[in-house]
Amino acid sequence: MSNSRDSINSSSLNRLSSDTIDGDIATLNLGPTHPATHGIFQNILKVDGEKILSSEQTVGYIHRAFEKLAERRPYNQITPITDRLNYCSSPINNMGWHMTVEKLIQADIPKRAQYMRVIIMELARIADHLVCNSVIGVDTGALTGFTYVFQEREKIYDLYEEVCGARLTTNVGRIGGFERDFSPRFHEKLNDFLKTFPKVFNEFDSLLSRNRIFMDRTIGAGPISAQRALDYSFSGPNLRAAGVDYDVRVMNPYSSYEDFDFIIPVGTQGDTYDRFQVRQEEIRQSLKIIEQAYNNLPEGSYKGDVPEFYLPPKEDVYNNMEALIYHFKIVMGETPVPVGEVYHSVEGGNGELGYYLISDGGRNPYRLQFRRPCFIYYQAYPEMITGQNISDAVLTMSSMNVIAGELDA
Amino acid sequence: MKNSLTNDWVLEKIKSEFDTAVIASSEPYNLLTIEVSADKTLAIIEWLKHEPSLLVAYLTNVGAVHYPDDKGREIAVVYHLHSLINNFRIRLKAYLSVDNPQIDSIVSIHSSANWMERETYDFYGVQFVGHPNLTRILNEDSMDYFPMRKEYHMEDATREDKDDRFFGR
Amino acid sequence: MGKIEDLHVINGEGYQLTRLEKVVGAARANSMWPLPFATSCCGIEYMATMGSNYDLARFGMERMSFSPRQADLLIVAGTISKKLGPILKQVYEQMAEPKWVLSVGACASSGGIFDTYSVLQGIDRVIPVDVYVPGCPPRPEQIIDGIMKIHDMVRNEPLRRRYSDEYKALLNKYQIEGNEE
Repeated sequence: MSNSRDSINSSSLNRLSSDTIDGDIATLNLGPTHPATHGIFQNILKVDGEKILSSEQTVGYIHRAFEKLAERRPYNQITPITDRLNYCSSPINNMGWHMTVEKLIQADIPKRAQYMRVIIMELARIADHLVCNSVIGVDTGALTGFTYVFQEREKIYDLYEEVCGARLTTNVGRIGGFERDFSPRFHEKLNDFLKTFPKVFNEFDSLLSRNRIFMDRTIGAGPISAQRALDYSFSGPNLRAAGVDYDVRVMNPYSSYEDFDFIIPVGTQGDTYDRFQVRQEEIRQSLKIIEQAYNNLPEGSYKGDVPEFYLPPKEDVYNNMEALIYHFKIVMGETPVPVGEVYHSVEGGNGELGYYLISDGGRNPYRLQFRRPCFIYYQAYPEMITGQNISDAVLTMSSMNVIAGELDA
Repeated sequence: MKNSLTNDWVLEKIKSEFDTAVIASSEPYNLLTIEVSADKTLAIIEWLKHEPSLLVAYLTNVGAVHYPDDKGREIAVVYHLHSLINNFRIRLKAYLSVDNPQIDSIVSIHSSANWMERETYDFYGVQFVGHPNLTRILNEDSMDYFPMRKEYHMEDATREDKDDRFFGR
Repeated sequence: MGKIEDLHVINGEGYQLTRLEKVVGAARANSMWPLPFATSCCGIEYMATMGSNYDLARFGMERMSFSPRQADLLIVAGTISKKLGPILKQVYEQMAEPKWVLSVGACASSGGIFDTYSVLQGIDRVIPVDVYVPGCPPRPEQIIDGIMKIHDMVRNEPLRRRYSDEYKALLNKYQIEGNEE
């Protein structure tokens, strides 16, 4: 009996191996639309069983030509475009752009406006890291954390709505500060948030951080060494998980970050567990910064003195010739800007988000280039997943927090 | 963070090493900007990375700008570099002519330049000599023009649903 | 359901008189399996709609199907670029009849603020769309409103619509191969 089965089996195997399967290596197409890739990226993997041997990437499925679009729009109309870069933490993008233009026109921003900016930016960082960490949980099979965390994100959306009216793509602030001071309702909601969020966050943390299954899945998945990470110009939590403590808020402080006391968490191996823990700790540090900024919020104006960019109050527009002219020029987008080139970077949710602005004095920028951290560190993905399993590759991609809007711009 | 290097000192050091390659320098908004000749960019960037007193080892950005009116120097390739140890930033510019925009690729020194150079090629048509895979990255492969150059419109020329009269163009 | 005409009292199970379309429509509407084709910012608002605050699951959409073969509602949320157009069409073709398409957001409906060389000015250039939800991004309440309108369409759809000539002409317009009986 065994002889006949062996002969049948071997003959069928011979038929298969000569025709269809190319030795032991199979080509697997992960994407472009795939539930595991959070965003639209294509990875063509060469796999041997479950182990990945090499991969080839294709990006550009959400290319929306932001840089060409920015050459068409006056300076204050570019803020809605910057929203859509890393849309999970859009206030950081907006503030970064405003600071770039303020650097160009050398405007002075009062301390109160700077502290308000810090509060909003750290809320955005918390929102971004919450999405990333809960999605790492979802990819390992832990769906509960996702629902808890999105409820907290709704509270952050509430806070954004109090300040600027929008939930996700916020377009918050103006070149020069804010359009209005924080309302009393905002203070109430922020106090509530600061009281209730730590408890919910600790619940979420307790679900995953020391969970045996989660740790076994994520430790060793997608590691990268600090040297390779620096070669690939990583920045942000991915670089810090590899062990390098580079944070733009500390190295080139902007918007009064030097007044606050916070630590930069670093990891050791650069694998998924380290990235998860670095983001968790950064959420705690962001909460600390918000508390410090909120408790020490100085008195003063919420806007700087930049009448060319800042809409004057309506009473002045109707009564004062100068204010009327400024209003007209701002709405029509004919504000004068000095000629020059400036590069400014902020610590975005994913790393160093830079704006390289060349102005020729006209109403639109001559050239605006976005230095997008996602685009730069996603190049290292094939190197991080070579030799790993397919499920680890999926986890690595979600732990790198690759946001499609920032990748393709 | 300590910031022990000054712009003047670094400029003198670079000039003493690459005298003929440095064409011009300026400091817009306190960022040392050096215009270098296009054939020396690879050597300068490599020297900057390994020189013990500078250690400018982090590539922040590679980009390009198109100046259609500047004959012979239409396309400027701009490198932003950063020394994490010394907290020092520097910007290098190299001007290329639009008829033959060739420059050495720095992928061998900084691996992150791979996609950044592909993006610059995709948008401006800059040919990076020595790049392992210089193909389009964000646009479709079938596109036959370089969209970020100033002579091309932002809108797609073939669209028929939007009437330009109502869109202010 | 329908009106009960001629109520006779019977000892036994009894029966109810209605139209088959209504039963089928109700069954389809209350248990749709959506395929979230989420590309950018609208995708995050869609995830918030799925979350516990706005809860899409109470409308029967508990299970998000990520495979087009098992889905009946294609929710396109986010910008579709020209590079992605053929892929969207391929996903649409893989879905089995009956299928509906909900276009969420300004970018999917008409290109949105991105009137550029690389963005498809609306997904109705490549696939037929049933309901458009405007907004940038639309609030979760708006997305739920769009889904309510889809439910209305599903409940009232005639059973033979997918085999009619008008539907075949619609598919031909987009050069989509219909599922032949």
